[in-house]
Amino acid sequence: MATVELDNIRKRFGSEEVIGGVSLSVADGEFIVIVGPSGCGKSTLLRMVAGLETITEGELRIGGQRANDREPMDRDIAMVFQNYALYPHMSVAQNMGYGLRIKGLPKAEIDAKVAEAARLLQLDALLDRRPRDLSGGQRQRVAMGRAIVREPSVFLFDEPLSNLDAKLRVQMRLEIRELQRKLGVTALYVTHDQVEAMTMADRMIVMNAGIAEQIGTPMEVYERPATRFAAQFIGSPAMNVLPAEAREDGLHLGAATLPNPGALRGPVLLGLRPEHLNPDPQGPIEMQVMLAEPLGANTLLHGRLASGAAFTASLPGVHRADAERTTLRLSIAGENLHLFDPDTGRRLN
Amino acid sequence: MEKRVTFKGWLLPLCLIAPQVAISAVFFFYPAGQAIWQSLFIPDPFGLSSQFVGMGNFDFLLSDPYYRAAFRTTAIFSALVTLAAMVPALFLAVMADRLVKSAGAYRTLLIWPYAVAPAVAGVLWMFMFNTRVGVVAWYLGQLGYDWNHVLNGQEAMGLVVVASAWGRISYNFLFFFAALQAVPRSVIEAAAIDGARFWRRFFTIVLPLLSPTTFFLLVVNIVYAFFETFGVIHTITAGGPQQATTILVYKVYADGFVGQDLGSSAAQSVILLLVVGVLTVLQFKYIEKRVHY
Repeated sequence: MATVELDNIRKRFGSEEVIGGVSLSVADGEFIVIVGPSGCGKSTLLRMVAGLETITEGELRIGGQRANDREPMDRDIAMVFQNYALYPHMSVAQNMGYGLRIKGLPKAEIDAKVAEAARLLQLDALLDRRPRDLSGGQRQRVAMGRAIVREPSVFLFDEPLSNLDAKLRVQMRLEIRELQRKLGVTALYVTHDQVEAMTMADRMIVMNAGIAEQIGTPMEVYERPATRFAAQFIGSPAMNVLPAEAREDGLHLGAATLPNPGALRGPVLLGLRPEHLNPDPQGPIEMQVMLAEPLGANTLLHGRLASGAAFTASLPGVHRADAERTTLRLSIAGENLHLFDPDTGRRLN
Repeated sequence: MEKRVTFKGWLLPLCLIAPQVAISAVFFFYPAGQAIWQSLFIPDPFGLSSQFVGMGNFDFLLSDPYYRAAFRTTAIFSALVTLAAMVPALFLAVMADRLVKSAGAYRTLLIWPYAVAPAVAGVLWMFMFNTRVGVVAWYLGQLGYDWNHVLNGQEAMGLVVVASAWGRISYNFLFFFAALQAVPRSVIEAAAIDGARFWRRFFTIVLPLLSPTTFFLLVVNIVYAFFETFGVIHTITAGGPQQATTILVYKVYADGFVGQDLGSSAAQSVILLLVVGVLTVLQFKYIEKRVHY
């Protein structure tokens, strides 16, 4: 159990900066999800915490101690890899006990710890199998087991669920979260899946191009995204972001006028979440529907505004599929408007 | 899924396998048959006639102390050549694998010795260790060591082993290097996080993952030491001194073409054929089982 502090961490490969100064303070037992598109530097950041990449600049503290120059094995961490990285020539029990054998623990103690972890992960029946004889979900569990038998202070997860099918992913998501709560271990979890980020995180870091766009709880990020990028990355389907003009009498979005939530003037980017739009015959927004995707509980309508900008609305219930090629009027509550600076992408309201 | 092509007639498939069969027949089945046939005869001293002796040549060989000595020499020689060719190759490959920059240049340089024919390599080493003009022999003399592989059987063995293994290191290096590159990085990283330092990781993770490659090279190198080292031995020691470096293949040559005892030579060839057959079968059985992890 330990805190993890990242103090203005930077990473450069040659002259190219891939991590441009990330600061974060992780409380003991907190579950932090690092989320972002591929190539945003999220895995590099995690690998720097693990000690698999050197830190070019800044300080990393684990449990209050500077850890920049410590070897991975001396950082009191355990890591679960995307491809699980199990030792193919060892049985499940040997895989899980490898770290303890290296520590030089007596065999009886290793066996006891492995058996306990196996029971926790329902791997009891598989201890003698080789990784190649296991399913994806079982391998995932073995990788988890290998991490927990060593009783580290910090768990690191590098996209651990991306090789599993959708159903198993939902199940393992819950299992990982439950296990982490039970053990009370600090966890850093990297994913590109915003659903995983929303459901698992105590707090999340939304990363883009080596920068932390926003750090906050899932609901903070969803309700008050700090940047245009965070707004569009979190939430599904993605937020509509459209150029608009803020004037005294309101926000002008093409022919539509919406209430101006602030005292802003000039060009802005207006963000509207598809699920916040309501069908309203008197609504200000007019949308030409091109395609309807009924999902059961709700229906996604894809289309265009009068300006030609692509626009998506998510309406509750089954919206008739023959709604395609029709015009629909929508309204939105004033508190659900997000305004961003068109140049910097920062939130304005 | 395996796709099989099924032929209706038998003429086309016969034509398709004919070249392979023809080559095998001319260069393998015919000579092997001849060897088996001749191993049953003893020619007279002038080579004008030969007398059928059945298993006589084999009986003689198996009770011949020189032949048994050649077996022992071959075993020692093969073991030493295989070790001397594989251990440094693995070490170099591990070191090259750690390099990030200039690994390509390093690799290219290490491959060069493989391009040198064994007989040429033999001559090179012979000159370096020549008791009168050899550079290495002279330096050894300066250090107070009197090198003379022409008289000392152990030194002769050492020299042919080194000369045989030298070119082979390149070949083994290539295989080890490729196998090392195929070891998943994340597995190594997982072991590092689990607390294993470099050599511990090497012995507990990397080496076991290399085992299919290691076994393949083991068999290939043993076969090399058995057969292809003829050139090296012929140029450096010619089997001497006092047969200290006479391996089975060299004895086949020496008895058959120098001693003109074609019957015994043929019988030795047949025995060698059996030895190689057993080695090959072992290799396939083992690799079939171990190659999939």
